[in-house]
Amino acid sequence: MASEAHGEEGGLVFHPMDQFIVKPLFGDGPVHWYTITNVTLWMGIAVLGIFLLMVVGTRGRAIVPSRIQSVAELAYGFVYKMVEDVTGKDAVRFFPYIFTLFMFIVFANFLGLIPMSFTTTSHFAVTAVLALAVFITVTVLGFVLNGTKFLGLFWVSSAPLALRPILAIIELISYFVRPVSHCIRLAGNVMAGHAVIKVFAGFAAIAVISPVSVLAITAMYGLEVLVAFIQAYVFTILTCVYLKDALHPSH
Amino acid sequence: MATETHDAATDAAHTAGHAAESAGMPQLDFSTYSNQIVWLVVALVAIYFILTRIALPRVAAVLAERQGTITNDIAAAEELKLKAQEAEAAYQQALADARAEAARIVAETKAEIQAELDAATARADAEIAAKAAESEKAIAEIREGAMAAVKDVAQETAAEIVSALGMKADAEAISAAVAARVKG
Repeated sequence: MASEAHGEEGGLVFHPMDQFIVKPLFGDGPVHWYTITNVTLWMGIAVLGIFLLMVVGTRGRAIVPSRIQSVAELAYGFVYKMVEDVTGKDAVRFFPYIFTLFMFIVFANFLGLIPMSFTTTSHFAVTAVLALAVFITVTVLGFVLNGTKFLGLFWVSSAPLALRPILAIIELISYFVRPVSHCIRLAGNVMAGHAVIKVFAGFAAIAVISPVSVLAITAMYGLEVLVAFIQAYVFTILTCVYLKDALHPSH
Repeated sequence: MATETHDAATDAAHTAGHAAESAGMPQLDFSTYSNQIVWLVVALVAIYFILTRIALPRVAAVLAERQGTITNDIAAAEELKLKAQEAEAAYQQALADARAEAARIVAETKAEIQAELDAATARADAEIAAKAAESEKAIAEIREGAMAAVKDVAQETAAEIVSALGMKADAEAISAAVAARVKG
């Protein structure tokens, strides 16, 4: 694999992207679709974390919640309110789907901030599947619920008639660019932050620079904590916005 | 596969200090895509089922129950407040009654005392009046007595003076003269 190309040359060696390499957990074979890799491990940990928070944390069913239960309720209320406010009351039936996306991204992002961990959401394969799932859901749902009226999304009836075909093309392009931006925004943000931290960490090998490097890593880490949540939030709220187009296509 | 990703990964490779063998972006290593996608779908399905089967109904139930409890508690508090207001009204009423009762008792007692006082005063007045009348009578008697004595003394003195002058006078003429003089 590519990572084995790096030799130990002494001095400054940067491997900022090595942390993203997908490798088998057991042994050194090629990566088949069924191979248990670090992706499997960290997604499994994310599922476990969600299980611990949402199921084990709420097992008391307390009227006055424990700490973990109140975090679970907070997450529930946060996403529920977002769906209700952005997409509308009739979109509440999609809440489990959106909540699944949100919880997965939040857990993957934060688990990725643990040193030596693997960040599943830094891979375009993962975010592209998430974004495409949203895109396909929205498109299919739009046509199923509204029929051909869904195309009204591209026909801006408030614009002058002469402009409408041009606007329709622009709208169409922007519609198909959505999944791309949706996917690259998340993976790009997460990947960039992690890579920058790794680069700073590489500088720490020089004794004179290392204090600055450690400070920089600390600052970047703080920023990354923010980014981890904000990107999950952005992904989720954009999902809600796109879903709103499917439910209420009128411009 | 490294050659496919070579172009896109050149920047990253430069950073790594290796231009010859591609360090590449592992993100663009398409051979791992199927693996990631499979495990992602497995994870998402697992999360979806955990959430929809267990977690979300439970949290929703807890939230609904809490909302219900809060509503009930507020209603109960409202009821208690109403009761407290009633109790306060009753208390105020009792207080007012007690005050009125006290005022009545005070007035009654005052009237009684006044009546007793009046009776005592009247009795005392009567006694005083009786005593005064008695005293007046005594004084009148004494005065009467004094008048009679004056008449007697005048008659005797007149008789003595007349006899001393060597004349004889009858008692009747003297007493008539004295009576005329005393009257005048």
